[in-house]
Order: sequence, then C-alpha cells, then structure tokens
Amino acid sequence: MKNTSYSIETRSIIKTYQSDFGVIQAVDDVSLQVSPGEFVALVGPSGSGKTTMLSILAALLKPTSGSILLDGQDISAMSETERVALRREKIGFTFQANNLLPYLTAVENVELMLRLNNKLDKAGSLRAQELLARLGLGQRLNNLTGQLSGGQQQRVAIARALIHNPSLVLADEPTANLDTKRAYQVVETFAGLIHEQNRAGIMVTHDLRMCEFVDRVLQMRDGKLVAMYNDRKSIMKLVNSRAGD
Amino acid sequence: MKQVLGISAYLAVKEIWRNRARFLLVSLVIALITLLVLFIAALGEGLGNGNREYISKLDAQLIAYQAKSDFLISASRLDRDRLASIRRVAGVQDVGMLGTANANIILPGGGEPLKAALLGIEPGHVGEPPIVQGRPLSTKLADEVIIDRSTALRSGLQVGDPLRIRVTQGTRDEFYELRVVGISDGQQYALQPSIFVPFFTWEQVRPKSEAEVNSGNDPVGNVILIKVKDPAQAESVSQRISAQVNNIEIATIAAAIQALPGYSAQQSTLNTQGGFTLFIGLLVIGGFFQIQILQKVAQIGVLKAIGTTNTIVAATFIIQISLVTLIGVAIGGLLSFLFSLTFPPTVPIVFNGTTSAIAIAALLLIGPLGGLVSIRYAVRIEPLKALGLSI
Repeated sequence: MKNTSYSIETRSIIKTYQSDFGVIQAVDDVSLQVSPGEFVALVGPSGSGKTTMLSILAALLKPTSGSILLDGQDISAMSETERVALRREKIGFTFQANNLLPYLTAVENVELMLRLNNKLDKAGSLRAQELLARLGLGQRLNNLTGQLSGGQQQRVAIARALIHNPSLVLADEPTANLDTKRAYQVVETFAGLIHEQNRAGIMVTHDLRMCEFVDRVLQMRDGKLVAMYNDRKSIMKLVNSRAGD
Repeated sequence: MKQVLGISAYLAVKEIWRNRARFLLVSLVIALITLLVLFIAALGEGLGNGNREYISKLDAQLIAYQAKSDFLISASRLDRDRLASIRRVAGVQDVGMLGTANANIILPGGGEPLKAALLGIEPGHVGEPPIVQGRPLSTKLADEVIIDRSTALRSGLQVGDPLRIRVTQGTRDEFYELRVVGISDGQQYALQPSIFVPFFTWEQVRPKSEAEVNSGNDPVGNVILIKVKDPAQAESVSQRISAQVNNIEIATIAAAIQALPGYSAQQSTLNTQGGFTLFIGLLVIGGFFQIQILQKVAQIGVLKAIGTTNTIVAATFIIQISLVTLIGVAIGGLLSFLFSLTFPPTVPIVFNGTTSAIAIAALLLIGPLGGLVSIRYAVRIEPLKALGLSI
C-alpha cells in the first residue's frame, strides 16, 4: 500500500551489523514519514542510530529489512545503479564537512548538480546564481571554495542540495563547524527554502538549539525512535532544555 | 556516453587548471623522463646505425662468409674463385666482393687524422653505395674513392679533392693518395665513417701484416654480397649456394646485422635502459596519482554521494592522467628536439621517426597504466566511509 502524499516514508526499518562483539542493531524498527514542505530534525546522542538512519534515507546504505518509499518508489529494492541515479535526481545533500569540490567556484559547485542531471542550460545557470544571491553569496559566485568562510561554504552546499529540485533534502550536522550566529543563519535559511520550495527536509543534528526552525523533531536512542515533538510549544521546550544529547 | 565524457572532461580540466602548478610539476617530471627515454632511444638508434648503416642499406639479400667464421665479417676470408662460383648459381643476379679494413685519413687542414672504415668494393656491382654527388668508381684498380656523407661532414672533403690515407703495412706506415670522385649518403660501418675504394685498390692500400706484404697470394676479401633475382626466393637461393659452393656459410642481411660485433649486446643494453626508464616513469605517475587520490577520498565520496557514477569518476582520472602525460611528453619531445640541435655530428644520436614514435607511444601509455591502481582505488571508494557516515 503506497501513500503518495509523503515525499519519504519508511516502514519498520531495521539495520544490523556484524561486529567483533556480535550483532549490533543500529536501527531498530523505525517508521517515519515526511511530507513535502516539512522540515524534520532527527536528534539523539552519539550511537543512537541517527546517522545510520540518514544513510539509509539517502540510499547510501541498504536496510537489513523494511522498506523506504521515496515519491512512492521503494528504494530498498533498487540496484546500486538505480540508487546512484536516484541520489542524483531526487535527493539533495549537505554534509558536515568536505562538502564542496575545492577546484570549482561557488556557482560551479551548484551547477554541478545540474550538469550531472544533464539539465545545465542558461536558465539553470541563472537559477544557480539567483539562489546563491538569495543566500547572500551574490558577490562570491566566482570565488573558489577555499576563499569562502565555513558558513558561506555551507550555504553553497545548501544551494547545491536544492538547485535540481529534489524531492528530499538531507543535511548531516550542517552546523557542526560553525559558530552559533552562523549556525542559526544557515539553518534558518535552509528551513525557509525547504518550506518555500515545498521539499521534504531531514536534518541530523546533535545541537538541539537548531531545532527552533524545524516543524517536527524525531528523537532516537539505541536505534529506536523514542519521541516525537510536532507542535511548536513542545519543540521550543526541547530547544530550551538542550537536553537532547 | 557523450554526457559522461563531457562531465569527466569538465571536472578533469577544471582541477588541472585550478591546480596548474602542482600538475605542471608532474608534467615536468614526465618531460624529464621523456627526454631520457627519447635520448636513450636516439642513442640506441645512433649507435646501432653507426654499426649497421652500410650493411642495412645494401641492395643485397644475402651475405656469404667463410665457413665457421661465426658470421663475423672480419674473421671471414673468401677468394675470387668463390665469387665466380656464387655468381653462377641459379637465382643470383649480382655478386660483389667486400673487403673491410681501417685507415687514417690525413685531413687537408692538418690536425688529428680521421679514423675511417676502408671498404673495398666491386665498382658497378652490389656493395657500391648510391652516389648523391659526383660519380661512381670507374675501374677495379682506379685510385679513386667514394666518401660517405659522414666522412664528408667530418673531413670537409669535396668531390675532386685528393684524399690521403695512412695505413700500417708490415712495420711501416704507408701513405696513399686517392681522389674523391663521389659522395654517398650516410654509410657508416663499425661506428666509423666510411670510404669506398675499388677492390683491387683496396688490396694494395689496406693495412697488412709483414707476411701479407711479402706474400704474392691472390687477393682475398672478407665476404661476398649477393643480390638475388627474386628477393622472395632468397631462402631457396641461399640453400642452393650452400649446396653448390664449398666452405661458406650464408646469412640474410637481418642476421648479418645481428651478428655485427657488439651490436646485439649494445642494443639490448640500451633497450633495457629504456625499459627501466619507462618503468620508473610508470612508478612516478602511479605514485603521484595514488597520493592525489588519497588526498581526495572525501571529495570523491561527496561526488559519489550526490549521484556521480563510477564511470564518471574513472573517466575523470583517465582524462587527467592522459592530459598530464600528454603535456609532459610534448614538453619532453620539444626539449629533446632543441637539445638534438646542439649536438655535433660526431655524437652518435639519431632521432629516427619510427623509434621516437614507439618511445612516445610507450610514454603516453605509461600514464594511464601507472594510474590504473589509483583509478581502481577511486572507483572502490565507499561514499559512506569517505564522508565518515559509516558506524
């Protein structure tokens, strides 16, 4: 049964690893749904399984069991080639660090997603410039990434994650290397664009203060989803408690 | 495919251009390796050419040696009776006696005498080199000489000039005066410039032992050069000659070249040196790109995570390696050419088109070959591990 009103939906995801110490259950029966235009934070302490869950959602890792539907397509059954194409066409990423190619300028990094999808034309190039300008990088279009600050680099990565109109945008600790002021700016901008462009967004973070800008918070512990905060009041209470870790 | 190549070329060129100093450094290392490989190849060609030039340009297919001479021209002695016998064998078109010796040419302007190969040949028969200036030798006894281009360059002698040679006969140094009637193209023999005289003149002017000076024996040459009517039948003619003429052994021109003293050893030494230089190049290029990839694991991980195929990743590296190698080989080729212009004709370095082309093709191939390991490594990079997302 498919529910196509969600951009992404997972059903009973389990991921186990074999280690020297026996079988580790990194993700244990996680089901979640994210709708278009919804920005969700996945929080939890180290080892809670949030990064593994993000990798599964990103089609970088296959679950041991369970299914993941992206725009109604079951990605857990896809071949590696299909998953690569899916990542290119339907998913946008920002990572904690090493996001950008250092030998490309800011605008070239953003255009790369359009190139990979064979959609780079004049209009696309203009759109990339406009998106960067909206992110406050209008004067930095032709700067190499080494000439940009950490916050500016993250904003270029956000533009790259959104330029090809993906269904799902994933962010792994996007504020980890930023000071508080920059971190707030980045997440606020990110949330604004996700809402405006009607994308489904999932951010993994250990910094509960960043949850101020999300619509829902999913808390993981020991591989399980242990709590969900979906109203502003409870989210703000969590933000103010800073007790997520 | 066009899209894959387009993106790969874009990424490859952008990275090279934005890190041009680093990539140029590798290209310069490849340029130095190219210079070394091309010079070793040119030296091999030059030395080989100096050894075999006259023999390889002969309009003959077979050479007859004295039996058990191990195909050594200097160890072989053949008389004119055998020349006549071979001439009569069916399938033989022409024969010519060849006598080899050394002489010192007394240069007109003084200075150190020029050491040359003194070759006795039959005027009008196989063995006489083609003339590019002047005329051929007239008679078997004329005091005439043809000098090859190499001798002309080194001695400054022209057609019509007298040529004085010094040879040792018995215990005395004898001087003979000949006249240059023609200049041939390059015809070096035994790494020396050559001068050609009629066979009977050669018999008179060649270096001799005391016993030879005093004996009245009929003149003998070293080998007999044989031109067959149909080169495709050279093998069967060779068998007929061996069956009909006593006390000889026959070699093809190719076999005769390989049997030249030191030729095979010299060529294999230089080929080994060239091979090792290529191998070092392979390691240098392989090492550089392996380090490059180790430094770029996270970048490659990002590329793969955002949906870049392994084909694009591999093609990007292949294009990069090929471009860097191409630029290096082009710089090396240009440097080799410029250096070659500065060498005097006495240095045995010859940039032969085929040999240089083979060396350049090998150099262009070592780039992608050296990079194979790093390309394999890049293709196997797991985006999860590269991005630190794995547990």
